[in-house]
Amino acid sequence: MFELLGISPQVLFGQLLLGLINGSFYALLSLGLAVIFGLLNIINFSHGAQYMMGAFVAWMLLTYTGINYWWALALVPIIVGAFGVGIERLMISKLYHLDHLYGLLLTFGLALIIQGVFRNEYGVSGLPYSIPAELSGGQNLGFMFLPNYRAWVIFASAIVCFCTWFAIERTRLGAYLRAATENPTLVGAFGINVPRMITLTYGFGVALAAFAGVLAAPIYSVNPNMGADLIIVVFAVVVIGGMGSILGAILTGFGLGIVEGLTRVFYPEASAVVIFVIMAIVLLFKPAGLFGRAAS
Amino acid sequence: MKLRTLALASLAALLMAGSAMAQTSVKIGVLNDRSGIYADLSGEGSVIAARMAVEDFDAAAKGINVEIVSADHQNKPDIASNIARQWYDQDGVDAIFDVPTSSAALAVAEISRDKNKIFMDSGAGSADLTGKSCSPNTVHWTYDTWALAHGTGSALVKEGFKKWFFLTADYAFGQALEKDTSAVVVENGGEVVGAVRHPFPGTDFSSYLLQAQASGADVIGLANAGGDTVNAIKQAAEFGITQAGQKLAALLIFITDVHALGLETAQGLVLTESFYWDMNDQTRAWSKRFAEQNGGNMPTMVHAGVYASVLHYLKAVEATGGKDTTAVMAKMKEMPTDDPLFGKGEIRADGRHIHDMYLFQVKSPEESKGPWDYYKLLATIPAKDAFRPLADGGCDLVK
Repeated sequence: MFELLGISPQVLFGQLLLGLINGSFYALLSLGLAVIFGLLNIINFSHGAQYMMGAFVAWMLLTYTGINYWWALALVPIIVGAFGVGIERLMISKLYHLDHLYGLLLTFGLALIIQGVFRNEYGVSGLPYSIPAELSGGQNLGFMFLPNYRAWVIFASAIVCFCTWFAIERTRLGAYLRAATENPTLVGAFGINVPRMITLTYGFGVALAAFAGVLAAPIYSVNPNMGADLIIVVFAVVVIGGMGSILGAILTGFGLGIVEGLTRVFYPEASAVVIFVIMAIVLLFKPAGLFGRAAS
Repeated sequence: MKLRTLALASLAALLMAGSAMAQTSVKIGVLNDRSGIYADLSGEGSVIAARMAVEDFDAAAKGINVEIVSADHQNKPDIASNIARQWYDQDGVDAIFDVPTSSAALAVAEISRDKNKIFMDSGAGSADLTGKSCSPNTVHWTYDTWALAHGTGSALVKEGFKKWFFLTADYAFGQALEKDTSAVVVENGGEVVGAVRHPFPGTDFSSYLLQAQASGADVIGLANAGGDTVNAIKQAAEFGITQAGQKLAALLIFITDVHALGLETAQGLVLTESFYWDMNDQTRAWSKRFAEQNGGNMPTMVHAGVYASVLHYLKAVEATGGKDTTAVMAKMKEMPTDDPLFGKGEIRADGRHIHDMYLFQVKSPEESKGPWDYYKLLATIPAKDAFRPLADGGCDLVK
């Protein structure tokens, strides 16, 4: 820790901000996972592949049809979300009465297939996707150079996270959803189409992953393995936050981004494991996660 | 009816004549990454290159029957070892080609030595293959960490970029590349002001890049490969690091990576390679044929190395009139090499293939005239200076 002395507050602020940016991606992705797990009880292992599809579909829209980044931001979640709806209807819905493990295996298998198809078609080196002209350049904050695009990532992700949280925890629709997970039969008896609601929820979770994929396309390499690299970390985030807790996923996502950012300054070699160390500690003391409710 | 009988008879005669002429049958195995991060720079492209070598050599007409097999080693040494063993023991493979990923290549070199078969590496980087782990059965064709470090490192220091900061992938290859390049920098009067070791593979490099920026270095040396390098370069552009005057040196980058980055982001990068498709009429003609079979993608230096090494191997088989390992290896080292891609060269006693290396700079989008027009030549590093001197490698075969 002696290096602490060698690091000026300016550098520290810079790293905190960077951590927040990475945290934005963790938050968006773990939010989608938490929504799907919380409301469907499915551990969606193909989340990383769906994030990757988001980035790829954005690239395809730009390359084949000339549709720019801003339209992609709106269209891609719809396209990939519709794909998710198809998957849920055709496959996942058959597994609700079985153990969690079957859903996990199915979605894991799907992730491998999706990645394989993209790898076969586009290779592994990745594809170029430029930052939209409106967001290129950056601001000199004194302690660091903040690219405009990164500021936009924090902003967009915070808005989406807030809206999702609000919709599920504070609106009537959200109340139906939460009730349907507690007791689907009873909610159905009130005349609410529970299976359709669940299908749309899965589609929404997938759309969140795709949205994160579009946000990531201009700054990370767009390649078939991009989701596989990230998904393990995101799972740890969800576990720390508490499986199924919406607020937990968001806050833990941002928080762990910052912790990871700080680790990169003090001891970079450990930055890949720090999240898992925290996960182990949290599981020891609070097995349900920081924001999770203990299983009844 | 008569005509058909006659035609069949002459066809049969032709086939018999053909088999009578084919006195030697060789089976070569192309072992590389067919699904992971190195699949684009080696992968199926290397099989295409090997096939082109067999065609261009006109092996059938010279009485040599060549069969090519291929497999995916997934960049894992244990898988590579198993396949190599199976190929040599059960499938009758005579020589293995390509094998990217240093750890996998070192494992295959070991097995080839045990089984007394031939191993000609193109894709791997470790200079140990012809250094302390050298073997009478190994030829290392395309490049190595020593050549990369010296090519890019010394060129930049001599240009006045003296203060270096390394961004290093935290595993054997990255560390070796950092070590080799640091030595070159210091040797040429430069200075290493810092280094940061990032977990492999990484996604976000902005944090390390800011540390590199704060260090006040002239050059940020990227001692990593594949997706890590692509991400680091992409983010350096985003954070305005190159625009602010610091130079990026990608110590190992392939043309497929530049293609993935796009020129807007990759422009100005300085790099060392042993082959570029747009060097002369011969490389252009060959690369055009290659691209037609490879989905329009131009060859990397690894593909070129596979082509040239297969060609040289077949020449040695023809010259010795057989495929005896010892005789073919001796012939390959005795005979100077000559092919359309690397020009004239030789294989040294330690197994190192010697040829010119080139220092390139990535063009700006304005300079580029079309797809895959990516590099401009800054300097040619003559063969005699491009690789580690024979005496310095610590190879037993040299003493």
